[in-house]
Amino acid sequence: MLRLPQFELIEPSSLYGALAALAEHGPDAMVLAGGTDLLPNMKHGLFEPRMLVSLAGIEELRGVQVTSEGGLSIGAMTPLADVADHPEVRRRAPALAQAAGLVAGPQLRSMGTLGGNVMLDTRCQWYNQTHFWRQALGFCLKKDGTVCHVVAGGKRCVAAASNDSVPALTTLGASLRFERLGQARTIAIDELWHSDGANNKRTEGGEILTRIEIPATPAGHLGAYGKLRDRGSIDFPLLGMAVRLDLDDQGLVEHADQVVVALVARPVRIKGVHEALLGLRPGSADFEQALVPLAEAARRQCRPMANIPGDEDWRREMVAVFTRRTFLAAAEGASD
Amino acid sequence: MRVIRFVLNGDPVETAAPAHWTLLELLRYGLKLTGSKQGCDKGDCGACTVLVGGKPILACLSLAARAEGQEITTIEGLMPLHKSRGGSGADPVQEAFDACGALQCGFCQPGMMLSTRALLNQHPQPSREQIQAALSGNLCRCTGYTQILQAVETAIAQSTGAPAPQPAWARDRELQGQEPQS
Ligand SMILES: Cc1cc2nc3c(=O)[nH]c(=O)nc-3n(C[C@H](O)[C@H](O)[C@H](O)COP(=O)(O)OP(=O)(O)OC[C@H]3O[C@@H](n4cnc5c(N)ncnc54)[C@H](O)[C@@H]3O)c2cc1C
Ligand code: SF4
Ligand code: FES
Ligand code: FES
Repeated sequence: MLRLPQFELIEPSSLYGALAALAEHGPDAMVLAGGTDLLPNMKHGLFEPRMLVSLAGIEELRGVQVTSEGGLSIGAMTPLADVADHPEVRRRAPALAQAAGLVAGPQLRSMGTLGGNVMLDTRCQWYNQTHFWRQALGFCLKKDGTVCHVVAGGKRCVAAASNDSVPALTTLGASLRFERLGQARTIAIDELWHSDGANNKRTEGGEILTRIEIPATPAGHLGAYGKLRDRGSIDFPLLGMAVRLDLDDQGLVEHADQVVVALVARPVRIKGVHEALLGLRPGSADFEQALVPLAEAARRQCRPMANIPGDEDWRREMVAVFTRRTFLAAAEGASD
Repeated sequence: MRVIRFVLNGDPVETAAPAHWTLLELLRYGLKLTGSKQGCDKGDCGACTVLVGGKPILACLSLAARAEGQEITTIEGLMPLHKSRGGSGADPVQEAFDACGALQCGFCQPGMMLSTRALLNQHPQPSREQIQAALSGNLCRCTGYTQILQAVETAIAQSTGAPAPQPAWARDRELQGQEPQS
């Protein structure tokens, strides 16, 4: 039995009400979306806010819209299940639909939101544990302690960004709209991250992520998400990667990209992907051949650590395997 | 304490709980409905699955306040109405799980049967893949899942009048040349 610590709950029905509550209570308050990350973390004694501001009653934060430019504007409170099933998301941003559909299990996808997934706390096997467990081992840098159990002598937490939606959103060039009482800013998702696992996001107190904006993808857009996990459901990623291929009207790659999570505190964009695949035809022998050195390059650029479960060497080999598989999966969309 | 009003298994309820109580704690310790199980209490196992507005969610990671204004079904409400109260008795899903021996310790069953009921309400004749996907958030540490899948397929067969699939144990016995015992 894991009890939640005591807190007060505010359930505003408007965005303004939520922003005002956050402004009033400052660092004592935290935002509650679906609660599927925050509540287990609170049960483990990792956060002890005196006040939770629930966004569940704010209608305007929910739903997927197609913008006049043909992009997608997704309210932060849209459940992951709705993102995964939405026909326009599947058509315009297939990697995102796949990633959302691979988060946790079905119940958690109805509860957890896309905004909460972007704002997910980093994960570490020495951190996502009960207070009793962490105390027995000795607390770590990220919470209550002074040492890191992953990097001996390490002065910086390297807990892993584990949000399945983030690689897809990054390859899609998504931007995030944050609002504070009386202020709003929009940043590229690339600009959100720090490399410090203790807090890997550049956000300011009192901010709410309100919308996730995805620019229009071209007609020849292909995408896929590959996820390594022990079981086919429930588990967080041991490796999560999104790939993007945009084809010109001849069916040749004119843009390619690949972003990986479940490595370190920030998502990792693989270098050299665009150059390696430019001008190739998905499904052709040349394309498949090009994936061999590309998979090796991705493997060299990714260094899984003992921050999350799963042997690090195995996870590193899997970077190469999943690079090939995920690009081939994206390429299959070309024959549809 | 906050007052929470909702519809529980068809009956209106007015109750109260502190803000930090989960829906599971409200059901089990406030309302004494212990059918919803407290397994991992952190989202891993699905034993606490209940239906909110017909959708399976995890009660251990939902605040009690989330129940406000909702229609909630727990395993206690799956049986349409007890026969002694003039109802039709157990839900066909419950009958099928019983008939197929789809349980050992039974701890996962309330969640399994509620996820199944939600699936069948949406897709009366799901494929094997759809069944597996719908139950993929419910862990069972006893059965190995074979009989659970059979139970779901038995419930489907019953609703369409098709012959029920043969249980695995009957097939095994036949292979061994034995008569299945009734
Ligand atoms: C068993 C289990 C398995 C899981 N598996 C996966 C998995 O495979 N992949 C994965 O990515 N995740 C997984 N999760 C984590 C979680 O379910 C998802 O990441 C989910 O999308 C989180 O969203 P939420 O709405 O529940 O967030 P919450 O828990 O409500 O919030 C998470 C954090 O973000 C902040 N926050 C939320 N929304 C906003 C907002 N709009 N503005 C500002 N801050 C905000 C909260 O304050 C909190 O710090 C799993 C969780 C469990 C319990
Ligand atoms: S990476 Fe180190 S400091 Fe960070 S959570 Fe893990 S053990 Fe703690
Ligand atoms: S008790 Fe809720 S998922 Fe295990
Ligand atoms: S019957 Fe024991 S957990 Fe399923």
